Amino acid sequence: MKLITAIIRPFKLDDVRDALSQAGVTGITVTEVKGYGRQKGHTELYRGAEYVVDFVPKIKLETAVPDARVDVVIDAIVESARTDKVGDGKIFVTPLDHTVRIRTGEIGDDAL
Amino acid sequence: MRMKLPLRAAFAVLCLLPALAFAADAPAPVPNKGDTAWMLTSTALVLLMSVPALALFYGGLVRSKNMLSVLMQVFVVFSLISVLWCVYGYSLAFTEGNAFFGNITSRLFLTGLGDPFKGEWSLGATFSKATPIYEIVFVGFQATFAAITCCLILGSIVERIKFSAVLIFMVIWFTFSYLPIAHMVWFWPGPDAYTDASKVDALNASAGYIWRMGALDFAGGTVVHINAGVAGLIGAFLLGKRLGYGREVIRPHSLTMTMIGASLLWFGWFGFNAGSALEANASASLAFLNTYLATACAVLSWTFAEWIIKGKPSMLGAASGAVAGLVAITPAAGNVGIPGAFVIGLAAGVICLWGVTGLKRLLKADDSLDVFGVHAVGGITGALLTGIFNAPSLGGPGSVQDWVTVTSGYPGIAAQLLIQAKAVGITVVWTAVVATIAFKIADLVVGLRVTDEQEREGLDINSHGESAYDY
Repeated sequence: MKLITAIIRPFKLDDVRDALSQAGVTGITVTEVKGYGRQKGHTELYRGAEYVVDFVPKIKLETAVPDARVDVVIDAIVESARTDKVGDGKIFVTPLDHTVRIRTGEIGDDAL
Repeated sequence: MRMKLPLRAAFAVLCLLPALAFAADAPAPVPNKGDTAWMLTSTALVLLMSVPALALFYGGLVRSKNMLSVLMQVFVVFSLISVLWCVYGYSLAFTEGNAFFGNITSRLFLTGLGDPFKGEWSLGATFSKATPIYEIVFVGFQATFAAITCCLILGSIVERIKFSAVLIFMVIWFTFSYLPIAHMVWFWPGPDAYTDASKVDALNASAGYIWRMGALDFAGGTVVHINAGVAGLIGAFLLGKRLGYGREVIRPHSLTMTMIGASLLWFGWFGFNAGSALEANASASLAFLNTYLATACAVLSWTFAEWIIKGKPSMLGAASGAVAGLVAITPAAGNVGIPGAFVIGLAAGVICLWGVTGLKRLLKADDSLDVFGVHAVGGITGALLTGIFNAPSLGGPGSVQDWVTVTSGYPGIAAQLLIQAKAVGITVVWTAVVATIAFKIADLVVGLRVTDEQEREGLDINSHGESAYDY
């Protein structure tokens, strides 16, 4: 099992969700986050006070998938989230030791 | 038709009905129902300017962790000053005393306003002869002025001051700055007292110090805005900067609320300015339209100046421009004609933009919500331009020079401008001294600032034990 964490542009969330559904992903967790990478922030001006806002709003999307599905899911996210401009985001893949479905007690791939 | 636009001044107690001291055979004048209705309406409009308008305008500009502290400070200071006004404030400001204070015993606890059981009411003067209004209406109207003036100061000291220090400061500053300045600028014996040329000197001598000079302040450029704006700047200096000021991002948490607040201020300000005519008449109508027009002009001038200089026209800029225009037209409202409203509005937007940018950088104080940059700078702009655009040659109404015959005139631009400048100067120095002492006393008694930890976490939780938003 792998945990796939994707940082994407907020307005791409619906496209990515549709693509993941097509790829057979049955559940995702979404968080509104802020961060910075290569994409620059912006300046905000309030009367005399000027602030550089480095942190750009992003969506963090997490889903756990069986090892065999990892490449398909990554492709789905890449294809649906890409605009070819700086700031499209990143995908991180991490190993998952254990998964439990709380309602039934199923474990491992059965719980995904 | 000659427009009757007398000096904006105060109110005089004529006497208790039915023993009015007019000629025995003439029927005693009674308050006009239209005037009464308008003044009651205006009073409620001015109340709206503090709660919720000013509270929302200021509240939107602070960080969300301090939202309730701002709302609470405005709400409670408004109430505190309203009560003090009825205990001794009105008596000290608007009864005959000396050049600086009224007589505290004349209307202590508002005694002497009339007998509800007998239906006998004390009457006060307006700016027209034989046109009294109920004194009790005037008490309420002026109460809302005193209260909002004190609330304005809060914008300079928010996000770090102790609530107890706010209350101590306000009691002292209200008593020793607001009341005497109001008395100096607005107290006079009223037009009906001027029956004979031989009485003029004695009557003038019983008026407030600044009124005697012939200063024009229709609705409170000196009394309200310069008074509060300078006190706020003193507070910002004595309190020190907010933690992280100039290094961390300290941005408004809801410009939506700031826009709502500014709009409600504009609405309520019709009561403030047009109500200051004390009658529902042509003077009130002129003040109303000037208030409308100058504010719109200032929105445009601030917005376009900001667009040109800073690159983008901002909502905060437009809302600030509205307040700047409202402030600047306040002393002018019924004292200038339409040309004056155009110029004062356009000038206020640009000058106050400088007040919150270039001037603010020079002053190096964390006047957090720019009370000085908008209210003092806008108030001074308006007070001085009032002296110029009061000129009949510039479309202004002039002012009554002889209250016996009610004859209007104008002493000349240089002469009137000098009078206005003196009135501004006296107000600036007076409020600066009183504010310094009042903040020092509050500091000695309870300390001015919350602890650094409390400031970091926010005043809502630490001073008031609650949070503005549940998210």
